[in-house]
Amino acid sequence: MTKPIITVENLGKAYRLGLREEKYPTFRDALVGAAKAPFKRFQHLSGGGNQDDLFWALKDVSFEVQPGEVVGIIGRNGAGKSTLLKVLSRITDPTAGRAVLRGRVASLLEVGTGFHPELSGRENIYLNGSILGMKKVEIDRKFDEIVAFAEVEKFLDTPVKRYSSGMYVRLAFAVAAHLEPEILIVDEVLAVGDAQFQKKCLGKMQEVAQGQGRTVLFVSHNMAAVQRLCKYAILLADGQVRHIGETGVVVDDYLHLRSAGALQSLESRTDRYGSGNVRCVDAWVESGRRDKATSLMVGQPACFCFAFDGDVSPLNFRFTIYNAGQEPLAAFSTDTPCELDDLLENTKQKILQCNIDSMCLSPGRYSLNIQLDSRGSVVDRVEGAFEFEVAPGVVGGRDVQQNRYSAVILPHRWSNTTSRVSAPLSVGASNE
Amino acid sequence: MSTTEEAFDSNESVVGVLASLQKGPALETTPSVEEEIAEVTGHLAEQQEELVIEPKRGWIPIDFRELWRYRELLFFLVWRDVKVRYKQTVLGIAWAVLVPIFSVTVFTVIFGNFANLKETLPAHLVNAYPVYVYAGLLPWLFFSNAISMGGMSLVSQQQLLTKIYFPRLFVPTATVSGSLVDMGLSFGVFCALMAIYGVVPAPTILLLPLLVLMVWSASLGIAYTLSALTVSYRDFRFVVPFMVQGWQFLSPVVYPTTIVPERYRLIYALNPLAGIIEGFRSCIFGTEVPWQMIGVSAVSTAALLVFGMFYFRKTERRFADIA
Repeated sequence: MTKPIITVENLGKAYRLGLREEKYPTFRDALVGAAKAPFKRFQHLSGGGNQDDLFWALKDVSFEVQPGEVVGIIGRNGAGKSTLLKVLSRITDPTAGRAVLRGRVASLLEVGTGFHPELSGRENIYLNGSILGMKKVEIDRKFDEIVAFAEVEKFLDTPVKRYSSGMYVRLAFAVAAHLEPEILIVDEVLAVGDAQFQKKCLGKMQEVAQGQGRTVLFVSHNMAAVQRLCKYAILLADGQVRHIGETGVVVDDYLHLRSAGALQSLESRTDRYGSGNVRCVDAWVESGRRDKATSLMVGQPACFCFAFDGDVSPLNFRFTIYNAGQEPLAAFSTDTPCELDDLLENTKQKILQCNIDSMCLSPGRYSLNIQLDSRGSVVDRVEGAFEFEVAPGVVGGRDVQQNRYSAVILPHRWSNTTSRVSAPLSVGASNE
Repeated sequence: MSTTEEAFDSNESVVGVLASLQKGPALETTPSVEEEIAEVTGHLAEQQEELVIEPKRGWIPIDFRELWRYRELLFFLVWRDVKVRYKQTVLGIAWAVLVPIFSVTVFTVIFGNFANLKETLPAHLVNAYPVYVYAGLLPWLFFSNAISMGGMSLVSQQQLLTKIYFPRLFVPTATVSGSLVDMGLSFGVFCALMAIYGVVPAPTILLLPLLVLMVWSASLGIAYTLSALTVSYRDFRFVVPFMVQGWQFLSPVVYPTTIVPERYRLIYALNPLAGIIEGFRSCIFGTEVPWQMIGVSAVSTAALLVFGMFYFRKTERRFADIA
């Protein structure tokens, strides 16, 4: 076996947590505190302070990658994926351990890094290319290819600030896609652009990885993309490597981990963000029956229920439904006009309900992220707060089974007519 | 286990799309491209190097080899700074010329006439006060511009710091070097002004490039220090304008060095700008070149530059975490 192209040994990265806000009992204390604050902040900014404030975003991470391998890095948000990529692309130094990269590295943590809005497309290709580590002759050679890939021929001499966001992203990715490193480090770049362009990017990445024998580290939440592109995967959890192996097995483990998190009672979950003044302590779904079902049925009423403790006003609550591939499908928020004046009226048991007349997600398994905000700052956020299943059912008299081509079920009816003017529609939400 | 399998079922559509993609013609590479790639990778393999990523502590040496390897990027960054500076202004690059002209006018009227600093000049220059002031303003405006913009350069480009690696020293270097272009333009105006006032440049004007190198180095030293400080302590955003103002009074911009008592002059020259501005003037007007002052200023310039570079390197590794 050849030497591994990437060797990572006990890599660790610690961050210092923010200063805690202090409460002063008297005016005098407050004055003294205010006078001392600059010194404290100075100490904090210059990296002093005690060890308790350290947060290990990565700890004891070790793995090896052989030349030509495409390795997916998966894990929940906050598991340390991005930190790992940042350390490997030398943006930030590790706190412990070491990593050896044997070859030219290019990292792509963002599309269009260093693009300047005032410069034209042509100028930005050169600027961005050289920031990504290309030589000028290399850019000259690939210029036409880049322009063709991005489909921006006509706008080459227009400042990119006048580009549509789609054009901007296409141009940015096109430059990045034409890098020729031996090691490519990519973070979630597929999350941008329209679907068609995403396909093109995936194709290009595949070409890079398989056709040209390059080593790729690829972070994504899109399990389908990871399974498609990567032979091996690394699962990170709480900054540590939990599983390394064939992608299929690791992805399974990841999904188990997520469900395990979801099975753990919400109250005892510690992987949450925010001030915690109010916490969501329980969440469940109810179908027609009043019990804590974890299963809903297509076409039936559904109710999402959340229980809270703590007292803060005003509060804004939102939750997002994700499918098994971690793609967001539907978002609900109380900051769009909401029927309630006060989310958590002064009742002892504070339960918030979101009622849906007819479940229109296709049968399958879903998970929920929830978040509580107060005046723009996060009070409580839990990812994968719980999972539920939608069972096959009946919508508008039609049987709905699991169907890979349908993410949502829209009530509809068919008709035929001889005139081109369409018949007036009157689709009521008839469930029977 | 069954739940995970089920979970994946709903995702199959994406996989299907991807599978079709693989077969698509988009993925075929022509032989010539493959050859080229083989050539490139072969070439890369030759110069393959090991990159070791480890925690670093204390003072970190400057990696000149790396700076050299990235030299093209420095060129592009300077080029960007120059191109962007006057974008979406009506007068465009004319500002590089107008600013010194305005300053010269103001200084001539206020300091030359009202404060009568004119009289402190050597006799043959009294009537050419604007030229005299301009000769001092050339390095001064460059310096003040370079350090105020250079000091902010890292903070204003923090998206670069947190998303990609390249030698961070280039960010302030590019900003400072971009200001050289402005100085070049205003030097053109200066030549015109000399012609109007009938000032004939002395042969010592050939020393000018050396002095430009000095003012560039001094600006770099300060810009490195200030930009690194500003990343950690945004307080410097407010401090720098005052610093520039104070520095101007400590430098012979509107007055000649002769008003500083002889015995303090070498201490005065610890301010690099004192030696540089004096040098600019004397080598343009052909007065006696104050070698001692220039020497002292050169030493403090070198000290500033070296300190700036090393302080920058020392704090560099934290930039991405705190920017």
